[in-house]
Amino acid sequence: MDQMTLGLQLAVQGVLLGGIYGLIAVGLSFIFGVMGIINFAHGQMIVLGMYISYWILVLLGIDPYLNFIAGACILFAMGYLLQSSTVNRILDFPEAMQVVPLVAVGLVLENLILMLWGPDHRSPETAFNLSTIWIDKIMIDGSKLIAFVLAIVLTLGVFLFLKKSNIGKSIRAAADNRTGAVLVGINVNRINNFAFGLGAATTGAAGALLLPLMPVSPHMGHDFTLTAFVVVILGGMGNLWGALLGGLILGLAESLSILVLPPTMKQVVSFILLIIIMLFRPQGLLKGHK
Amino acid sequence: MNALETNALSKSFGGLKAVSDLDLSLGQGEILGLIGPNGAGKTTVFNCLSRFLPMDSGQTIFYGRDITDLKPHVVSQLGLARTFQIVRPFLTISVLENIMVGALVKEKSVKKAKAQSMSILELVGLEDVKDRPASELPLPRRKRLEMARALATKPKVLLLDEVMAGLNPTEVDELIVLLKKINRQGISIFLIEHVMRGVMALSNRVIVINYGVKIAEGPPDEVVKNKQVVEAYLGKEFLSAQG
Amino acid sequence: MKRLYVFLALLLTILLILPLFLDKYVLGIFVMIFFFAYIGQSWNILTGYTGHISLGHALYLGVGAYTSTYLAQTYGLSPWIGMFIGGGLAVIISMFLGFLGFRFGLRGVYFVILTIAFAEITRLLVSHIEALGSFSGIFLDFSPSFKNFQFRGNKAYYYISLCFMVLAVIVTRLIETSRIGRFMVAIREDEEAAESLGVNAFKYSMIALGISAFMTSLGGTFYANFIYYLHPNIMFGMNFSIELILRPIVGGMGTVLGPVLGSFILTPLSEISRVYFSKGGLEGLHLVLYGILTVLIVLFMRRGVLVYVQKLLNPILKLEDESK
Repeated sequence: MDQMTLGLQLAVQGVLLGGIYGLIAVGLSFIFGVMGIINFAHGQMIVLGMYISYWILVLLGIDPYLNFIAGACILFAMGYLLQSSTVNRILDFPEAMQVVPLVAVGLVLENLILMLWGPDHRSPETAFNLSTIWIDKIMIDGSKLIAFVLAIVLTLGVFLFLKKSNIGKSIRAAADNRTGAVLVGINVNRINNFAFGLGAATTGAAGALLLPLMPVSPHMGHDFTLTAFVVVILGGMGNLWGALLGGLILGLAESLSILVLPPTMKQVVSFILLIIIMLFRPQGLLKGHK
Repeated sequence: MNALETNALSKSFGGLKAVSDLDLSLGQGEILGLIGPNGAGKTTVFNCLSRFLPMDSGQTIFYGRDITDLKPHVVSQLGLARTFQIVRPFLTISVLENIMVGALVKEKSVKKAKAQSMSILELVGLEDVKDRPASELPLPRRKRLEMARALATKPKVLLLDEVMAGLNPTEVDELIVLLKKINRQGISIFLIEHVMRGVMALSNRVIVINYGVKIAEGPPDEVVKNKQVVEAYLGKEFLSAQG
Repeated sequence: MKRLYVFLALLLTILLILPLFLDKYVLGIFVMIFFFAYIGQSWNILTGYTGHISLGHALYLGVGAYTSTYLAQTYGLSPWIGMFIGGGLAVIISMFLGFLGFRFGLRGVYFVILTIAFAEITRLLVSHIEALGSFSGIFLDFSPSFKNFQFRGNKAYYYISLCFMVLAVIVTRLIETSRIGRFMVAIREDEEAAESLGVNAFKYSMIALGISAFMTSLGGTFYANFIYYLHPNIMFGMNFSIELILRPIVGGMGTVLGPVLGSFILTPLSEISRVYFSKGGLEGLHLVLYGILTVLIVLFMRRGVLVYVQKLLNPILKLEDESK
């Protein structure tokens, strides 16, 4: 394959990967935008979403591209509970002390998964032989394409929900001005519960969409969280479209880096990118909130 | 040589010009008052002088030395101390330890710093709470703590930002006595104040600014009668109603 | 205060003679208690006292472990010396990190992420270096001798790690009561206010970071020669970084004895849960318990368990609040 085609192929991979990264990050960005909290358990929630999708597929034979709804619902409930029991209490803590509980929650989640389902990698036996699409000499993996499309659809969905629905408006109000929201009668605690639930729901969906692409194991959480961090900081904390943009940039950067680095070093690229952005443009490329 | 002076100080925030072309000087041993309506730019002036904000243009000279580009902590070490409008005590440590932080900047020995802090404690009247965490103090005493802490750094100039706000008349009088005492020790004071009684009682001179521009300067009783000053505070209608 | 010292001396004496009565297995648990107390304390010096949170402290553990091991295996250099070289390297790396973080004003979560990024980058880089074992890790040869920092049984490790822990406690106490320590606390409480008093926040943050990094890396050398196996995913991994911080948080950040107390609470917990739930390999249960406990502590006992223990022991020890 000549350099040009290789480059193009990698670029396409990068874009598709980017969509997936965006999908992974959107929940993190959203929760931060509404409450100013970084969900350090984000990655572990995605892993949980993957396992939920896996088990539904294996036990009920329902495709991840359909069963993601189940994962989303279960994680919504979990997120709601987590917010109401724990996160609501730490909203006024200094930033230092907000990090710790969520890291601890992630620890609990990861090890519960480990205890329940063991340390081995699991891949659904039914191979996902979705058709590979060829454009000229460029190959596009069907699973990745669907994930990409659904990522955009999901982000759009969340965005519209926030803009149009009543709950969405209340969420935005509470995010903008908590006191004001209380004064107009919004139950901010309940809204926060809902918002965290929504952010968690996206991780449930993301997990299901990721299942066809990689085997799942309990300790993948941190990698997802860190990837989500990079994406969100790149794109702007709290900005949904920023998450997609950041994902795209990261996906492209990592994909194209294969031209010069061994593939296992891809993450080094993302971390260096992260550090550079934090030093020189911490607010991200698109203006985030909070 | 003036203790502190600034020439052509200007500072904008985005499109808003907070301070325009301000000249002022604080003589050694003087008490200078800075007054003006809310939003006039007073705290911005302090922030620029103490180097918490960079100036857009102008120079700041401290005892003959250009401090325009120095870092805040360096400026403080040189002898220019400040308090904050919204007090910022170190909440989880004791009152005495708060003051010791200030003392330790110039005094390397912890023992001696402690002794110095104790005498400042007595000066401001906080001995009875010396071991209580600062978080337990009510606002007026927090203001005293803030001043005590700044004093512990052995400053030559003290910038006080609305230290009398929120105090009742008795507390104001007590503070006036304290500040006179501090001034007699040789410390020049530059104070931003809304509480007029304090300004009148303490200041040798007063500067009035409005919308970032100096509109009057002089001894307190003169400045207070200045037409422009009255207009700035009370509005044109009041002035024309006076005739 | 006097009574507290007597009490602590008593505890120390008990700890010193304990090995006469304990078997290898239990001694091993104590080694881990002391080890985690030690590295928890090292972290505490940075985060508990200056308030800059590090979630990537495993970086320094790894640097210490790999440096001394590499020098021992390649040049036969005793880990006792290699340990300090590793420490020096850890300080250099931490200075680089601190420069980026503090000069560019990375605060709060951004600083946390910076520390994570540094640890992760190092993890990935080391995974690609053949000389350091690449993806398979390094197995240390077991050739016990004092020079090699390796011993049969657990008695020697017990005393060495006890030594480390006690030294860390002393160092922390010295810092706490010194000029440097008070500046560190001021930075934690309100950095800008501290600067307005003349405290050079950058300088003292760097000092705290350097001390913390140095001490942590010494622990890494100890760990390498106790476990006999190094792998970048373990030594530089987020899991280690997280476990490292749990004990000081539970015990009490920003205190001298908090990390020790926390380790005495959490470390045996993992052993107990392992013993009682070992059937069916409920691996990871102790971490679930750690996590839940940490959340509860942060929510309801924010300053850690130590404050409550102090209140409890006050009548006997006459500790009084101003024990500074």
